[in-house]
Amino acid sequence: MIPLSWFLVFSAVLFSLGAFIAITRRNTIFILMGIELMLNAANINLLAFWRYLHAPAGDMDGLMFILIVFVAAAAEAAVGLALIVSAYRRRKTVIANELDTLKG
Amino acid sequence: MTGMQVIFLINALVSVLAGIMLATSRKLIHAGLWLILTLFGVAIMFGLLEASFLAIVQGVVYIGAIAILIIFAIMLTRETMEESHGKRTRWILTSIVALITLAGILLALLTWPQSSSLTLPLSEEQQSIAELGLALVDPERYLVPFEVASLLLLAALVGAVYVAVERKGEEK
Repeated sequence: MIPLSWFLVFSAVLFSLGAFIAITRRNTIFILMGIELMLNAANINLLAFWRYLHAPAGDMDGLMFILIVFVAAAAEAAVGLALIVSAYRRRKTVIANELDTLKG
Repeated sequence: MTGMQVIFLINALVSVLAGIMLATSRKLIHAGLWLILTLFGVAIMFGLLEASFLAIVQGVVYIGAIAILIIFAIMLTRETMEESHGKRTRWILTSIVALITLAGILLALLTWPQSSSLTLPLSEEQQSIAELGLALVDPERYLVPFEVASLLLLAALVGAVYVAVERKGEEK
Protein backbone atom coordinates (compact mmCIF):
# COMPACT_ATOMS: atom_id res chain seq x y z
CA MET A 1 0.00 0.00 0.00
CA ILE A 2 0.98 3.60 -0.57
CA PRO A 3 1.71 5.43 2.70
CA LEU A 4 -0.62 8.31 3.53
CA SER A 5 2.30 10.74 3.80
CA TRP A 6 3.12 10.32 0.08
CA PHE A 7 -0.26 11.72 -0.86
CA LEU A 8 0.15 14.56 1.63
CA VAL A 9 3.60 15.48 0.27
CA PHE A 10 2.30 15.40 -3.31
CA SER A 11 -0.61 17.64 -2.41
CA ALA A 12 1.70 20.02 -0.52
CA VAL A 13 3.89 20.39 -3.62
CA LEU A 14 0.83 20.96 -5.81
CA PHE A 15 -0.55 23.53 -3.37
CA SER A 16 2.74 25.45 -3.31
CA LEU A 17 2.85 25.49 -7.10
CA GLY A 18 -0.72 26.81 -7.20
CA ALA A 19 0.10 29.49 -4.62
CA PHE A 20 3.21 30.43 -6.60
CA ILE A 21 1.18 30.84 -9.80
CA ALA A 22 -1.56 32.82 -8.06
CA ILE A 23 0.96 35.24 -6.52
CA THR A 24 3.41 35.63 -9.41
CA ARG A 25 1.17 36.00 -12.43
CA ARG A 26 -0.62 39.21 -13.30
CA ASN A 27 -2.96 37.70 -15.86
CA THR A 28 -6.29 37.00 -14.14
CA ILE A 29 -6.81 33.75 -16.08
CA PHE A 30 -3.45 32.52 -14.77
CA ILE A 31 -4.46 33.46 -11.23
CA LEU A 32 -7.64 31.42 -11.67
CA MET A 33 -5.58 28.43 -12.84
CA GLY A 34 -3.45 28.70 -9.69
CA ILE A 35 -6.57 28.73 -7.54
CA GLU A 36 -7.88 25.62 -9.32
CA LEU A 37 -4.57 23.89 -8.63
CA MET A 38 -4.78 24.77 -4.93
CA LEU A 39 -8.36 23.44 -4.76
CA ASN A 40 -7.19 20.19 -6.35
CA ALA A 41 -4.38 19.84 -3.80
CA ALA A 42 -6.90 20.31 -0.99
CA ASN A 43 -9.13 17.68 -2.62
CA ILE A 44 -6.33 15.11 -2.65
CA ASN A 45 -5.76 15.79 1.04
CA LEU A 46 -9.47 15.40 1.85
CA LEU A 47 -9.75 12.15 -0.08
CA ALA A 48 -6.52 10.71 1.35
CA PHE A 49 -7.56 11.46 4.94
CA TRP A 50 -10.99 10.01 4.27
CA ARG A 51 -9.53 6.87 2.71
CA TYR A 52 -6.96 6.22 5.44
CA LEU A 53 -8.74 7.34 8.59
CA HIS A 54 -12.50 7.23 7.98
CA ALA A 55 -13.30 4.81 5.18
CA PRO A 56 -12.57 1.73 7.32
CA ALA A 57 -15.29 2.97 9.71
CA GLY A 58 -17.74 3.05 6.79
CA ASP A 59 -18.86 6.68 6.57
CA MET A 60 -19.01 8.70 3.36
CA ASP A 61 -18.46 12.22 4.63
CA GLY A 62 -15.15 12.55 2.78
CA LEU A 63 -16.70 11.75 -0.60
CA MET A 64 -19.51 14.25 0.01
CA PHE A 65 -16.99 16.89 1.05
CA ILE A 66 -15.13 16.47 -2.24
CA LEU A 67 -18.32 16.53 -4.30
CA ILE A 68 -19.27 19.84 -2.65
CA VAL A 69 -15.76 21.20 -3.39
CA PHE A 70 -16.24 20.15 -7.04
CA VAL A 71 -19.50 22.08 -7.20
CA ALA A 72 -17.95 25.15 -5.56
CA ALA A 73 -14.96 25.00 -7.93
CA ALA A 74 -17.21 24.72 -10.98
CA ALA A 75 -19.32 27.67 -9.82
CA GLU A 76 -16.20 29.69 -9.05
CA ALA A 77 -14.63 28.99 -12.45
CA ALA A 78 -17.85 29.83 -14.33
CA VAL A 79 -18.46 33.13 -12.52
CA GLY A 80 -14.75 34.06 -12.50
CA LEU A 81 -14.30 33.49 -16.21
CA ALA A 82 -17.54 35.35 -16.96
CA LEU A 83 -16.20 38.30 -14.95
CA ILE A 84 -12.87 38.13 -16.81
CA VAL A 85 -14.57 38.08 -20.22
CA SER A 86 -16.82 40.95 -19.16
CA ALA A 87 -13.87 42.99 -17.87
CA TYR A 88 -11.96 42.29 -21.07
CA ARG A 89 -14.88 43.53 -23.14
CA ARG A 90 -14.99 46.84 -21.28
CA ARG A 91 -11.32 47.51 -20.59
CA LYS A 92 -9.56 45.46 -23.30
CA THR A 93 -7.26 43.91 -20.71
CA VAL A 94 -7.18 40.98 -18.30
CA ILE A 95 -4.01 42.04 -16.45
CA ALA A 96 -4.84 42.44 -12.77
CA ASN A 97 -2.59 45.52 -12.42
CA GLU A 98 -4.45 47.38 -15.14
CA LEU A 99 -7.92 46.73 -13.71
CA ASP A 100 -7.57 49.62 -11.30
CA THR A 101 -10.78 51.62 -11.61
CA LEU A 102 -11.38 51.31 -7.86
CA LYS A 103 -7.91 52.63 -7.04
CA GLY A 104 -8.12 55.85 -5.00
CA MET B 1 8.11 -1.46 -3.50
CA THR B 2 4.78 -2.55 -4.90
CA GLY B 3 3.23 -1.82 -8.28
CA MET B 4 0.87 0.75 -6.78
CA GLN B 5 3.80 2.68 -5.37
CA VAL B 6 5.59 2.69 -8.73
CA ILE B 7 2.45 4.01 -10.41
CA PHE B 8 2.11 6.65 -7.70
CA LEU B 9 5.71 7.83 -8.08
CA ILE B 10 5.59 8.03 -11.89
CA ASN B 11 2.26 9.84 -11.76
CA ALA B 12 3.46 12.25 -9.06
CA LEU B 13 6.59 13.02 -11.07
CA VAL B 14 4.63 13.69 -14.27
CA SER B 15 2.03 15.83 -12.46
CA VAL B 16 4.59 17.92 -10.60
CA LEU B 17 6.64 18.44 -13.78
CA ALA B 18 3.47 19.51 -15.59
CA GLY B 19 2.72 21.86 -12.70
CA ILE B 20 6.21 23.38 -12.95
CA MET B 21 5.79 23.81 -16.70
CA LEU B 22 2.42 25.44 -15.99
CA ALA B 23 4.05 27.82 -13.51
CA THR B 24 6.84 28.84 -15.88
CA SER B 25 5.24 28.79 -19.34
CA ARG B 26 5.09 32.10 -21.11
CA LYS B 27 2.21 31.32 -23.46
CA LEU B 28 -1.18 31.18 -21.79
CA ILE B 29 -2.56 28.49 -24.11
CA HIS B 30 0.37 26.17 -23.29
CA ALA B 31 -0.30 26.78 -19.61
CA GLY B 32 -3.91 25.69 -20.17
CA LEU B 33 -2.72 22.42 -21.74
CA TRP B 34 -0.24 21.78 -18.91
CA LEU B 35 -3.11 22.41 -16.48
CA ILE B 36 -5.05 19.59 -18.17
CA LEU B 37 -2.10 17.21 -17.68
CA THR B 38 -1.84 18.17 -13.99
CA LEU B 39 -5.56 17.68 -13.44
CA PHE B 40 -5.34 14.30 -15.15
CA GLY B 41 -2.61 13.35 -12.69
CA VAL B 42 -4.92 14.33 -9.83
CA ALA B 43 -7.64 12.12 -11.34
CA ILE B 44 -5.19 9.18 -11.33
CA MET B 45 -4.44 9.95 -7.66
CA PHE B 46 -8.17 9.67 -6.94
CA GLY B 47 -8.14 6.31 -8.69
CA LEU B 48 -5.19 5.17 -6.56
CA LEU B 49 -7.21 6.15 -3.46
CA GLU B 50 -9.93 3.71 -4.61
CA ALA B 51 -12.47 6.43 -5.32
CA SER B 52 -13.27 5.42 -8.91
CA PHE B 53 -16.41 7.55 -9.12
CA LEU B 54 -14.57 10.68 -8.02
CA ALA B 55 -11.76 9.96 -10.51
CA ILE B 56 -14.34 9.97 -13.31
CA VAL B 57 -16.00 13.11 -11.92
CA GLN B 58 -12.59 14.79 -11.75
CA GLY B 59 -12.04 13.95 -15.41
CA VAL B 60 -15.47 15.15 -16.49
CA VAL B 61 -15.79 18.26 -14.34
CA TYR B 62 -12.22 19.55 -14.23
CA ILE B 63 -10.79 18.48 -17.58
CA GLY B 64 -14.06 18.40 -19.51
CA ALA B 65 -15.59 21.57 -18.14
CA ILE B 66 -13.28 23.85 -16.17
CA ALA B 67 -10.09 23.43 -18.21
CA ILE B 68 -12.00 23.79 -21.48
CA LEU B 69 -13.76 26.87 -20.07
CA ILE B 70 -10.36 28.34 -19.17
CA ILE B 71 -9.04 27.65 -22.68
CA PHE B 72 -12.15 29.30 -24.17
CA ALA B 73 -11.57 32.32 -21.95
CA ILE B 74 -7.93 32.45 -23.10
CA MET B 75 -9.07 32.44 -26.72
CA LEU B 76 -11.72 35.11 -26.10
CA THR B 77 -9.10 37.41 -24.60
CA ARG B 78 -6.44 36.66 -27.17
CA GLU B 79 -4.66 40.00 -27.22
CA THR B 80 -3.08 39.08 -23.91
CA MET B 81 -2.15 35.50 -24.72
CA GLU B 82 1.54 36.10 -24.14
CA GLU B 83 2.64 37.43 -20.83
CA SER B 84 5.92 39.07 -20.09
CA HIS B 85 7.58 37.52 -17.08
CA GLY B 86 7.82 40.86 -15.33
CA LYS B 87 10.49 41.76 -12.84
CA ARG B 88 12.97 39.11 -11.85
CA THR B 89 12.94 40.18 -8.19
CA ARG B 90 9.20 39.55 -8.09
CA TRP B 91 9.73 35.96 -9.25
CA ILE B 92 12.49 35.35 -6.72
CA LEU B 93 10.39 36.79 -3.90
CA THR B 94 7.31 34.73 -4.77
CA SER B 95 9.39 31.55 -5.16
CA ILE B 96 10.72 32.13 -1.67
CA VAL B 97 7.17 32.58 -0.35
CA ALA B 98 6.02 29.38 -2.10
CA LEU B 99 9.04 27.43 -0.81
CA ILE B 100 8.41 28.64 2.74
CA THR B 101 4.78 27.50 2.41
CA LEU B 102 5.95 24.09 1.20
CA ALA B 103 8.54 23.79 3.96
CA GLY B 104 5.94 24.74 6.58
CA ILE B 105 3.49 22.10 5.37
CA LEU B 106 6.20 19.43 5.19
CA LEU B 107 7.44 20.32 8.67
CA ALA B 108 3.92 20.00 10.06
CA LEU B 109 3.69 16.65 8.27
CA LEU B 110 6.94 15.34 9.71
CA THR B 111 5.97 16.17 13.27
CA TRP B 112 2.55 14.56 12.85
CA PRO B 113 2.52 11.13 14.51
CA GLN B 114 0.10 9.24 12.25
CA SER B 115 1.65 10.25 8.94
CA SER B 116 2.85 6.77 8.02
CA SER B 117 -0.25 4.77 8.93
CA LEU B 118 -1.31 2.04 6.52
CA THR B 119 -4.85 1.11 5.71
CA LEU B 120 -7.19 -1.79 5.16
CA PRO B 121 -8.61 -2.52 1.72
CA LEU B 122 -12.15 -1.21 1.18
CA SER B 123 -15.07 -3.60 1.17
CA GLU B 124 -17.27 -4.08 -1.90
CA GLU B 125 -20.10 -2.11 -0.34
CA GLN B 126 -17.98 0.97 0.34
CA GLN B 127 -16.85 1.17 -3.26
CA SER B 128 -20.32 0.89 -4.77
CA ILE B 129 -21.71 3.91 -6.53
CA ALA B 130 -25.27 2.79 -5.71
CA GLU B 131 -24.51 3.28 -2.02
CA LEU B 132 -23.21 6.78 -2.73
CA GLY B 133 -26.30 7.64 -4.77
CA LEU B 134 -28.65 6.42 -2.05
CA ALA B 135 -26.76 8.45 0.56
CA LEU B 136 -27.12 11.56 -1.61
CA VAL B 137 -30.93 11.47 -1.70
CA ASP B 138 -31.51 10.25 1.86
CA PRO B 139 -33.01 13.07 4.00
CA GLU B 140 -31.25 11.59 7.03
CA ARG B 141 -27.86 11.86 5.38
CA TYR B 142 -26.79 14.18 2.55
CA LEU B 143 -29.99 15.42 0.90
CA VAL B 144 -29.67 18.99 2.19
CA PRO B 145 -26.04 19.54 1.08
CA PHE B 146 -26.94 17.99 -2.27
CA GLU B 147 -29.84 20.40 -2.82
CA VAL B 148 -27.83 23.39 -1.61
CA ALA B 149 -25.08 22.45 -4.08
CA SER B 150 -27.56 22.30 -6.94
CA LEU B 151 -28.93 25.70 -5.92
CA LEU B 152 -25.37 27.09 -5.91
CA LEU B 153 -24.79 25.73 -9.41
CA LEU B 154 -28.02 27.28 -10.66
CA ALA B 155 -27.15 30.64 -9.12
CA ALA B 156 -23.65 30.47 -10.64
CA LEU B 157 -25.11 29.63 -14.05
CA VAL B 158 -27.56 32.53 -13.99
CA GLY B 159 -24.91 34.89 -12.58
CA ALA B 160 -22.31 33.90 -15.20
CA VAL B 161 -24.79 34.45 -18.04
CA TYR B 162 -25.88 37.79 -16.56
CA VAL B 163 -22.31 39.03 -16.16
CA ALA B 164 -20.94 37.82 -19.49
CA VAL B 165 -23.85 38.70 -21.78
CA GLU B 166 -23.20 41.52 -24.24
CA ARG B 167 -25.74 44.30 -23.79
CA LYS B 168 -26.54 46.79 -26.51
CA GLY B 169 -25.46 50.37 -25.93
CA GLU B 170 -22.90 49.59 -23.26
CA GLU B 171 -19.85 49.40 -25.50
CA LYS B 172 -17.34 52.10 -24.88
